[in-house]
Amino acid sequence: MEKRKELIVSALKNGTVIDHIPADKVFQVIKILDVENSKNQIYFGINLESKKYGSKGIVKISDKFFEDEEINKIALVAPTATLIEIEDFEVINKTNVKTPKSVEKIVKCFNPNCVTNKEEVPTRFKVLKEDDGSIKLACRYCEKNTSQDNMIFF
Amino acid sequence: MKNKSLVSINDFSRDEMIQILDIAEDFERQPHQNLLQGRVIASLFFEPSTRTRLSFESAIHQLGGTVIGFSSTAGTSVQKGESLKDTITMVASYSDLIVMRNPIDGSARYASEVSKVPIINAGDGANQHPTQCMLDLYSIRKTQGTLENLEVTFVGDLKYGRTVHSLVTALSKFNTKFNLVSPVELKLPSAYKRYIKEAKLEYNQYTELNEVIPQSDIIYMTRVQRERFPDPIEYEKVKNSYLLKNSMLEKAKQNCRILHPLPRVNEISTDVDDNPMAYYFQQAQNGVYVRQALIAAILGLK
Ligand SMILES: [Zn+2]
Repeated sequence: MEKRKELIVSALKNGTVIDHIPADKVFQVIKILDVENSKNQIYFGINLESKKYGSKGIVKISDKFFEDEEINKIALVAPTATLIEIEDFEVINKTNVKTPKSVEKIVKCFNPNCVTNKEEVPTRFKVLKEDDGSIKLACRYCEKNTSQDNMIFF
Repeated sequence: MKNKSLVSINDFSRDEMIQILDIAEDFERQPHQNLLQGRVIASLFFEPSTRTRLSFESAIHQLGGTVIGFSSTAGTSVQKGESLKDTITMVASYSDLIVMRNPIDGSARYASEVSKVPIINAGDGANQHPTQCMLDLYSIRKTQGTLENLEVTFVGDLKYGRTVHSLVTALSKFNTKFNLVSPVELKLPSAYKRYIKEAKLEYNQYTELNEVIPQSDIIYMTRVQRERFPDPIEYEKVKNSYLLKNSMLEKAKQNCRILHPLPRVNEISTDVDDNPMAYYFQQAQNGVYVRQALIAAILGLK
């Protein structure tokens, strides 16, 4: 059963499936992973039915396997996402994304007077986890925290 | 500490702070020491701050060093649109250390990344002003004989006051009990209360100053600025509740001292100035010894 559901958006021979993405975050996930300009084939689905979340999105990238550090960046927008690695149509690994310790370049600092918004300086943040599970990004430069509601992706 | 930039007070451990204060004490006993003979210190003020600049330049001259730089960006290549990176790279090739004041938050951390010589942050926008924090610590230790187990009362604008934020963070390493007196609109932000909580220390918030005076070892006054209030009527309502008058100090402890980062506007009545508890002018003077200590330590001369 489980296997048939995944087939809704074309089967992968080799590569990575990112499942259980909030439906409205699919494009951000693709952007954060910076795969849109790669040669890898990318399939995605939006507004798919999900028992757990009502509606979900899915992304499949062929012939691509990610380092933890790389893939965990998507936890900022899709903390519920599941990663499935596939080799020769078989699931070889299935994990949940983990919150990264640090985030570089992909998010803007929300402080308009921060040096990263005034000069050509790439952003660098330490990820703080709040008691309620939400995430805040502590800017290495201005030392201000950008909350999830204020996150703008480059 | 040698060759390490001082960007944020959070860069210093408790022991490093104490080490700097000890060196500063030595400079207070003997301010003229010819340690910087032949050394060039750059003083880059991207926004004017006469008080801080003179304090640094006095510190450098008393150590026998030479100062180069600018006191505002008028007429410099910065005004022509030169990037911070280029300015810092160029100046770093002419000097042994750079003192920088800049209105942009985080500019000091960035400068420390691109500079081949150490940076001392003399204020980066609303973010950090670590040498002010060190001179506050010096003043507290000097007047109380210790930094440990004191009860420190912060008064005024605790929301935007960067000196308050840095000092709260630093004192959290010394088992301080905090009294936070401010209008509801200008309470200490939760990020700093978190520091206090993480250090398992006690803090209490008040809107009235009078009731905490008798228990305070240090009363740290700050400016409450009109422009912080969206509604001018709110400002009129609160401004006098944070005005310290001499009569209010009758019930203060003998060892209590009043600090203020200066310049003051109207938050300390001039009748306090002659009270032996007033320490804000000596506090400013202590800035020179602390800056001498920081420069000497960073250049590995002490
Ligand atoms: Zn920032």
